[in-house]
Amino acid sequence: MASLIGYYSLIFGFCFSLLIVLFSIKNFRNTNIFDNKIIFLTFMQFSFVVLSFLGLILSFVYSDFSNQTVFNHSHTTKPLFYKISGTWGNHEGSLLLWLLVLTLFIFIFLLRSKEQTKQYRILTLLFQQIIIIGFYIFVIKTSNPFNYIFPIPSEGLGLNPILQDPALAIHPPILYLGYVGSSIIFSSTLAATTLNYISKEWAKHIKNWILVSWIFLTLGILIGSVWAYYELGWGGFWFWDPVENVSLMPWLALTTLLHCILVLEKRLALTSWVVILSISTFTLSMCGTFLVRSGILNSVHTFTNDPDRGLFILIFLFCLIFLSLFIFFFFHKDKTQLSNNFFWLSKETSILINNWFMMYFLAVVFIGTVYPIFLEVITSEKISVGPPFYNKLIIPFLVPFLFAMTIGPKLKWIKSELRNKFNLITFLIISLLLSVLIIKSLNISFLLNSLLITAAFYLFFITLRDFFTRKFENLSQSISHFGFSLLILSILFNNILSTEIITNLKIGETFVTKKFKINFEKIEQKEEQNFKAIIGKFSVENSKGNIEILNPELRIYNQPNIVTSEADIKTNFLTDKFMTMNLVQNQDYFNIRYQTKPLMIWIWISVLMISLGGLKSLIKKKYEN
Amino acid sequence: MKIKTLPVFITIVFFIIFFIFFKGLQNSNIYVPKSEFENDIPSFKAQIFDSEKKINSTDIFDDGKFYLVNIWASWCAPCRIEHPFLMNLSNQKNLEIIGLNYKDKKENAKKFLKELNNPYEIIIQDKDGTIAIEWGAYGVPESFLIYNNKIVKKIIGPINKDSFLKIQERIK
Repeated sequence: MASLIGYYSLIFGFCFSLLIVLFSIKNFRNTNIFDNKIIFLTFMQFSFVVLSFLGLILSFVYSDFSNQTVFNHSHTTKPLFYKISGTWGNHEGSLLLWLLVLTLFIFIFLLRSKEQTKQYRILTLLFQQIIIIGFYIFVIKTSNPFNYIFPIPSEGLGLNPILQDPALAIHPPILYLGYVGSSIIFSSTLAATTLNYISKEWAKHIKNWILVSWIFLTLGILIGSVWAYYELGWGGFWFWDPVENVSLMPWLALTTLLHCILVLEKRLALTSWVVILSISTFTLSMCGTFLVRSGILNSVHTFTNDPDRGLFILIFLFCLIFLSLFIFFFFHKDKTQLSNNFFWLSKETSILINNWFMMYFLAVVFIGTVYPIFLEVITSEKISVGPPFYNKLIIPFLVPFLFAMTIGPKLKWIKSELRNKFNLITFLIISLLLSVLIIKSLNISFLLNSLLITAAFYLFFITLRDFFTRKFENLSQSISHFGFSLLILSILFNNILSTEIITNLKIGETFVTKKFKINFEKIEQKEEQNFKAIIGKFSVENSKGNIEILNPELRIYNQPNIVTSEADIKTNFLTDKFMTMNLVQNQDYFNIRYQTKPLMIWIWISVLMISLGGLKSLIKKKYEN
Repeated sequence: MKIKTLPVFITIVFFIIFFIFFKGLQNSNIYVPKSEFENDIPSFKAQIFDSEKKINSTDIFDDGKFYLVNIWASWCAPCRIEHPFLMNLSNQKNLEIIGLNYKDKKENAKKFLKELNNPYEIIIQDKDGTIAIEWGAYGVPESFLIYNNKIVKKIIGPINKDSFLKIQERIK
């Protein structure tokens, strides 16, 4: 029943799309006043998508296996929480979530853009409707979440156990808010370009949307990364997996856009940058959807390898690309006549430098992700691009990037000279000394490392100082940049200082190293609602005699019948202790992996800080203007 | 002139990207880990396609003979592409082809075989995909060459000319 309501709401919502297009075109031609009927129609469209989404959630909650999506991804013994989160944990449901966010955002956009001109609002709505209609057709034609199966199966196939996790329950919605938020930026930029509407006021208005999607995208990536850290059991947090790259690419584009829009808002320069970046952010999000959903790349996120779906997104994606190219080349007039009269040492230059670095990082990630596909098509040779590629190409360039990030915010618009040279140099010397000291004491001698640590410390100290000297002027930028320096430092020290031990142990055995002793005390069994758990009890004693108990788990899920290994992680502000245990085939031994990961928690905190900076900037706008 | 060449140039670049992605879609896309082990085949009990009978895996595989277990489905486009190779292999004397019908509807599967002919000695049904999981399959299609109850070769993705020749070589 719920499925049926869901399905018909979906169809109704689609009809409203057509109505909106019809009314918008009429309104665009005829009158000068914005027709409020259109807002009502958008609201109705949104409501129908909500209804449809609720229908799907209810089908999941009541385990209605006559619905194919529910049958494929749910099971009666699954806890209620995961039944609900299972709604968007699959291809069909997650597309419905896309639609939900698409319609929600355009509705909010219309409500919050009353001071803009009628033409601009309607054109934005029209571009957004093109995207929405595209997704409607995609959902209804190739990935209908409400397919009926008969005879009705008595039991479902269950959700992949590694997806049964609280972090992963909220990861897709948050990430989608970021991805789809960029659709508004995309449509409004196209509208503004067509109408030649790009101005400082427009920049101010669209900046909020950029900030919102940027914050959600940052948080979404963070949650995904935290999940990978504790669930996948390798103790890493970023694997340069295609799926991660696919979320990183729009983030890089969006971050660059965020910096450009500031220039546009203050100086009416870099308009071409803004237009191109707005277009590429959204197309990169779509491209990501294509890469992971079509099965052209293989990963945890590939739900099904259905060539029809891939083909549809591919064609849709390139229609959008060609549409935007057409608009860009035929309507865009670069307003940056002012742009040439800035001095080489100025804020504009530093932001341009930032842009080019970001584009470089983006290109590296893009090539690393897509090149294997190209190579396979052209030479039918299979390669896989791994972390070494990214590390070699990205890390060296972080050094000048960090320096630019430190100096840039100190500069003024148009023409500037460095003030406080004394301070800047003192801090540079302090950072250099500090990093030499650290390198010496840790006994590693890489020039690159010391340079990188110096640069990161430099940014760290300078931004830290800003908190005190600059009072609250530009606080959001200080927070984000400070967070970034903290992120680089934590990742660096985490990489340098991590230790790992892999060994096979029987119950009762002890593994001894110079630094600590691991004792495998016992195992216990526990029955949960949809899995059996084997819990190991390990005591780890360090050289000072402190004992820590770690309880890694093996979970044997009933449906589908899969064994997963749950890491036990003891976190404090200095270091994480991370242990996983695995079965060794046909033996009494367990494979134990014990890792110490220093400063892990600071990686998460620093990313939170980066997004907090964005949030601060968003809130500031509200009461200052 | 400059303004006109740039859009054309960029459009062409995007067309090329489109074409490559389009071609890429039709390729099998699975990263193949190289494994030289000869693994034991998993044992299972499954229903025979289009009948009510169940069969044990031990009743299918005898020693001293080659078997090719082919995971297929009517909804899988690459399966159509590899089908002629399977038909060709089914004429080999010392090879039996066992089909594993993966997450499929019976009517569609029947139609598929009627249209393209049936290369399989036995077809077993894997309605919920659990047998494929036990075999460690990555997706559809996938084929396992078996000798003396051991997997001697694994072909991920559709069988092509290259893997076809390799199979022929192996079973000589």
